[in-house]
Amino acid sequence: MSVIRVLEPGLFSTVQDLGREGFGALGVSPSGAADAVSLRIGNLLLGNTEGAPGLEMTLVGGAFVFPEGATIALAGSDFGAALDGIPVEMWTAVEARPGQTLRLGATRSGARCYLCVRGGIAVKLFLGSASTHVLSGLGGFEGRALRKGDQLPVGGEDSRHRTGESRHSGAPVPGKARRLSTRGRNLVAARSVLRATAGPQSEWFDEAALRDFYAGRYRVTEASNRLGLRLEGAPAAARGGAQMISEGVSLGAVQVPEAGQPIILFVEQQTTGGYPKIANVIAADFQCLGQLRPRDEVRFALVTWETARELLHEQETVLGSKELLFV
Amino acid sequence: METSALDGVRFLPASDQSLMVYFGERITLAAHERVVRFLRLLLRRPIDGVRNLHPAYCSVLVKFDALRWTHSELEVKLRESLSRLESVSVAAPREVTIPVCYEAEFAPDLPDVCSLLGLTSAQVIERHCSLTYLVYFLGFLPGFAYLGPLEGGCDLRPEKAAEGNPAPPAQEVLPAALNVPRLATPRRSVPAGSVGIAGGQTGVYPFATPGGWRLIGRTPMKMFREENGTSALSIGDHVRFVAIPRERFADWERK
Repeated sequence: MSVIRVLEPGLFSTVQDLGREGFGALGVSPSGAADAVSLRIGNLLLGNTEGAPGLEMTLVGGAFVFPEGATIALAGSDFGAALDGIPVEMWTAVEARPGQTLRLGATRSGARCYLCVRGGIAVKLFLGSASTHVLSGLGGFEGRALRKGDQLPVGGEDSRHRTGESRHSGAPVPGKARRLSTRGRNLVAARSVLRATAGPQSEWFDEAALRDFYAGRYRVTEASNRLGLRLEGAPAAARGGAQMISEGVSLGAVQVPEAGQPIILFVEQQTTGGYPKIANVIAADFQCLGQLRPRDEVRFALVTWETARELLHEQETVLGSKELLFV
Repeated sequence: METSALDGVRFLPASDQSLMVYFGERITLAAHERVVRFLRLLLRRPIDGVRNLHPAYCSVLVKFDALRWTHSELEVKLRESLSRLESVSVAAPREVTIPVCYEAEFAPDLPDVCSLLGLTSAQVIERHCSLTYLVYFLGFLPGFAYLGPLEGGCDLRPEKAAEGNPAPPAQEVLPAALNVPRLATPRRSVPAGSVGIAGGQTGVYPFATPGGWRLIGRTPMKMFREENGTSALSIGDHVRFVAIPRERFADWERK
C-alpha cells in the first residue's frame, strides 16, 4: 500500500470524509469535511467516490511526500501549493511522481484546503466513517490532527473509494488534467451572506432582536473551530424568563447564549444543546461556513423552506451534472 | 376521554433538513418514555431518507434528506409511526452500576466540595452513592449520559455554561445537600472517566475534555468503547454509583 509521509502537518490537518450520520442517539456527532462540496469535487476530479477520505487543512497547509507517487487534487481554498517548487493548479487532477514533495503555505482565500488522493486515504473506519472527531479523539488518523512523521496509507486501485471508471468522462488521461468547469467554480465561490431559515426558537426573540440579527454584520472570532463558529456583533438576545430544555441541535443551528453573541453549530457539534436557536443556516450554504476565517464578516438572510430546498436541489444538480468537470 | 399517542405531540421544523418532535413541554417520566418508544420504533422500522435521530429529555430531532422529504410530508409519515407508539414493547430498564474510586488522587475537588457543603468526604460519597439515576438520553459527546432523578419530573434551572466551556446545560438531579457551584475557571482537560458534580447535576466525562464540574472521583469503566462504537450507558438505564478502593480501580484498569 502506498503512503503519504507528513513532513510538516500544517496548522491543523485532519482526515475527513462526509461524516457519520445515524449515531445521534449515542451522542456521536457526524463530523466530516467542513466544506463537503470541495471534498466531493476533489474526489470526483480523481475518479474517486465523492465521499473518499481526504485531508482537510486549516489556514496553513503542510508539506507531504509521496514515496510511491500519487494522483492528487487540491480543492477548497488556495494555500499556494507547489510540487517540488512548481505551482500546482487548484481543482485539477495532478500526478505526483515518486519522491516528490507537495508544499502548501498560508491561505490566499478561505479557511480550508483539501488534499484528495486517488484511492482515498485508507484509515480504519469508526462507525462507518473515516472522519476525525477531535474533541473525543475518535475516527480519522488516530483520532487526532496530523503530526510530523505520520504516514497516511492510500487506497490502491482496488480501493472501495475508486469508482473504477470516472463518473464523468473516463479514467484520468495522463498528461491531460481534469479540471473544474466554470459552473463548478461558481458553486464554490465565497459568499459572505449566509442564507438561513427560522430557528425552532425564533419566537423567543422579539421583533427588534430579529431585525438586528438579520440586519447586523457579524465577525467570526478566533475562538471558532469545527465545533462551532463564534460570532461577534449586534447582540440578539432572547426574551428573558423562558426556560429552555436541552434538545437535539442540527448542523448550522444559530444558537444564542444569554449575552446575545451567536454561535453557529458546526460539523463537530455537540448533538444536544440548551440555548435558544434564532435561525439555521441552510444546507446549501454549509460549504461557506467551512471556508470562513477568523475576522471574516458575515450577515444572515432569511429564506423560506421552499427556497432552501430549491437551492440545495440546484447545488446537487450541478454536483451531479456532466458539466461539473472537463478534461 | 381517551388519550392517544399523538396527544401533546408537537412538530416544529428546526432546519431545512430537520424536524423537531416534542413529546411534552416539561421533563417528565411520561415524556421520556414516549421518547424511548419513538426511538425504538424508528430504529426497528427505519424510514427511508431519515438520516439521524437526536433524542433529548422530551423531544427527538429527526434529521432527513431534504431532497427526499418536505417537513409536512415527513410529519404525516411520522404521525403514522406514532399511532403505533403504544404497541412498542419496551424492555425493563437495565440496572447499571458504575464503580467509582473516590480516593484523593481521583477526587481533586472533594476537599472543596466538603467545605462548601459542610460535610465529611464519607458523607458526600454516601449521598452520591445513595441515589438511583435515570439516563434520560445520551448527548453532547459520545457516551455522555444526561442523568436525572427517577422520581417524577424535575425542576429546571435557566441554563448556564461557563465561557469557553461547552458544558451540558443544567437540570437539577442532586438533592440540595449536594448542590455546589461550577468551578470559576473550567479545567482545560479533565481525565476520561472523571465523575463530577456541579449545579445540581452529576455525570461521568467519557473523554478527556475541558470541564467545569467539580471532580469527586473517577470510574475505571470505559463509558464509550471505540473498538465497537458502543456506550456503557443507554437511554432509559437505571444507574447507581458504587465506591471502590484504589486497588480495584487498578485491577480494572489492568483488565
